[in-house]
Amino acid sequence: MNIQIKNGRLIDPKNNLDARQDLFIAAGKVVAVGIAPVGFVADKVIDATGLVVIPGLIDLAARLREPGYEYMATMESEMEAAVAGGITSLACPPDTDPPLDEPGLVEMLKHRAKNLNRAHLYPVGALTTALQGRELTEMAELADAGCVAFSQADAPLTDTRVLLRAMQYAATFNFSVWLRPQDSFLAKDGVAHDGEVATRCGLPVIPVCAETIALATMLSLACDTGVKLHICRISSASGVAMVRAAKQQGLAVTCDVSMNHTHLSEMDIGFFDPNCHLIPPLRSLRDRAALRAGLLDGTIDAICSNHAPVDDDAKQLPFAEAEAGATGLELLLPLVLKWASEENIPLVGALARATLQPAQILGLDAGHLSVGATADVCVFDPEAYWKVEPTALKSQGKNTPFTGFEVQGKVRYTLVDGQVVYQG
Amino acid sequence: MKNPQLNKHGELQHLLTTEGLPAAIVRGILDRAATFLDAADGHEIKKVPLLHGKSVFNVFFENSTRTRTTFEIAAKRLSADVVNLNIGSSSTSKGETLLDTVDNLCAMHADMFVVRHAQSGAAHFIARHVAPDVHVINAGDGRHAHPTQALLDMFTIRHYKKEFHNLRVAIVGDVLHSRVARSQIHALTTLGVPEVRVIAPKTLLPTMVENLGVHVYHDMAQGLREVDVVLMLRLQNERMAGALLPSAQEYFKYYGLTQEKLALAKSDAIVMHPGPMNRGIEIDSSVADGAHSVILSQVTFGIAVRMAVMSMLAGKAQ
Repeated sequence: MNIQIKNGRLIDPKNNLDARQDLFIAAGKVVAVGIAPVGFVADKVIDATGLVVIPGLIDLAARLREPGYEYMATMESEMEAAVAGGITSLACPPDTDPPLDEPGLVEMLKHRAKNLNRAHLYPVGALTTALQGRELTEMAELADAGCVAFSQADAPLTDTRVLLRAMQYAATFNFSVWLRPQDSFLAKDGVAHDGEVATRCGLPVIPVCAETIALATMLSLACDTGVKLHICRISSASGVAMVRAAKQQGLAVTCDVSMNHTHLSEMDIGFFDPNCHLIPPLRSLRDRAALRAGLLDGTIDAICSNHAPVDDDAKQLPFAEAEAGATGLELLLPLVLKWASEENIPLVGALARATLQPAQILGLDAGHLSVGATADVCVFDPEAYWKVEPTALKSQGKNTPFTGFEVQGKVRYTLVDGQVVYQG
Repeated sequence: MKNPQLNKHGELQHLLTTEGLPAAIVRGILDRAATFLDAADGHEIKKVPLLHGKSVFNVFFENSTRTRTTFEIAAKRLSADVVNLNIGSSSTSKGETLLDTVDNLCAMHADMFVVRHAQSGAAHFIARHVAPDVHVINAGDGRHAHPTQALLDMFTIRHYKKEFHNLRVAIVGDVLHSRVARSQIHALTTLGVPEVRVIAPKTLLPTMVENLGVHVYHDMAQGLREVDVVLMLRLQNERMAGALLPSAQEYFKYYGLTQEKLALAKSDAIVMHPGPMNRGIEIDSSVADGAHSVILSQVTFGIAVRMAVMSMLAGKAQ
């Protein structure tokens, strides 16, 4: 099917393009930008007057809860949420039940995603069997099945020798290792940042040194092994400084931050709001400022939703007992736009953090609209303001700390492989 | 952010914490508590019909005979019907959620819940979910707050010291894990105590505790100098297992309150403790039973203060 998206403001970070241009799509690919190719006849014309046309968003952390946690969410519900949020590719962490440590499970997920025909799914395989931090998974087999990287998700890996060997083995095949830095002894039983709010509320804490100590270990091992290391969900100012220094020294490390931490701080916990019980914990205002600065100066390469839908029963509990996590797929675009507008950054640069740069971390030729690229496209209305109401979200997880926020940017069309998969 | 314990007229709807409680309300509670004490000797408590026909549910998710008993006595002196529920040993072990438990208790037409729970924020959580005409009193939630204890401590201080604006108060011990300490700090600063000190080793103090408005001391001899009031905290035995302290003996030597250390305080200093005491660990028996100790008065005043809180809450339920 030939599609013409006309009169839109086309923003494509890879080609540093921000201009009123038409986009021409045929056979699932971008065939031209600006001027129609000779003989192009559109089967469908999308009038994007007043709208912004961008590469579909790429989310580095979206839990679909399958297999094992279908009471929290299903692939159907979350894939609908993803395309409603303009997300056309997503990486899912291996913390399912059972974890993604078997090629069969990965194939099954890929197959399910393909049948649903929504966003592209890129599973992140378990780094160790059952995420227990003891034995290596069959990484090469898992990669053949479709895993794009290997991770412990939020499970601890306390044995540094296992971590060293996992990195050496992954480096053998040039696989990426994705790790969230957190020392499990220092974080034990903790639910909140070790700061003013936890002191006032009497909540068990996770100190910043839990992040920096784990980060020092990871960076040191990555340096020794030469593995491609991706740091997930950095949360502190000190952590950002360490990643910045490592990059300056030439280490091939990348880093992401969750949209929650880009906008919220420990202060948002207020009177024990369980929606603010997140992993990692929301830290101080100073940390949040450093995360935003890191995102701006390129220390942090990508912003992700860290989508973790939780069922109401698990969330409606006192703060520490409430299951950590928040829904996020449908809020990623508005919150990237909010960050861009608050920091006064051109959209082309801001959107790179949610399109081109995560694609590069995933090792994908995606996140751009060059001629020949897969036609994964998001068309949104930048002037549409809407209030975040849990019941209006398509995700089965209704819990978000942004409930009641007025946000900007509403997705009108999402195209995957040149097909309209969402229209809003 | 809306203060969850005040209604839209600024009156007390629940008592969840002393933080953010207006000074006028705190004084109002202390003044009302005084009316329940017999004027002649100041320790006898009258029975009054203020809560006649009301039902008070003591809902304890964490066991505590002492606190529950004082709430029960307070409710009975107010002529309320009292129901005691030790949920710690029933519903939750059968898998019922906290929300289900709360809904069930609301359906039994309680006028007031007195709640104790091991999780910080549990009282706020319950207050958010009860029917609008039900009042919640926090009888201790995790490490967060124990407002009636702090209020009875304020009552005791006022009884012996008359004023707050000229006092130097020291809180000694495990502030990190103490809901009592947090509530005391907020109550003392609200009532205008110019100098509140905390004295503890660094392992027992939360990060940035000075932001609560206290002066931090690690040495008893310095911290107790010239203080008017010494508030001792209970030390749980499990602190030794968590690598927070080496031994009870060492703790007593450096942070236990002895006659010798107390001599550094003002000559008319009073010593308080929320109970139950660990004699020989945080406090020496000669101090606990000595002339400066007002620990047993605290218990009596505690009943009057809890009566005051309950009657102020349920009096408006009509």
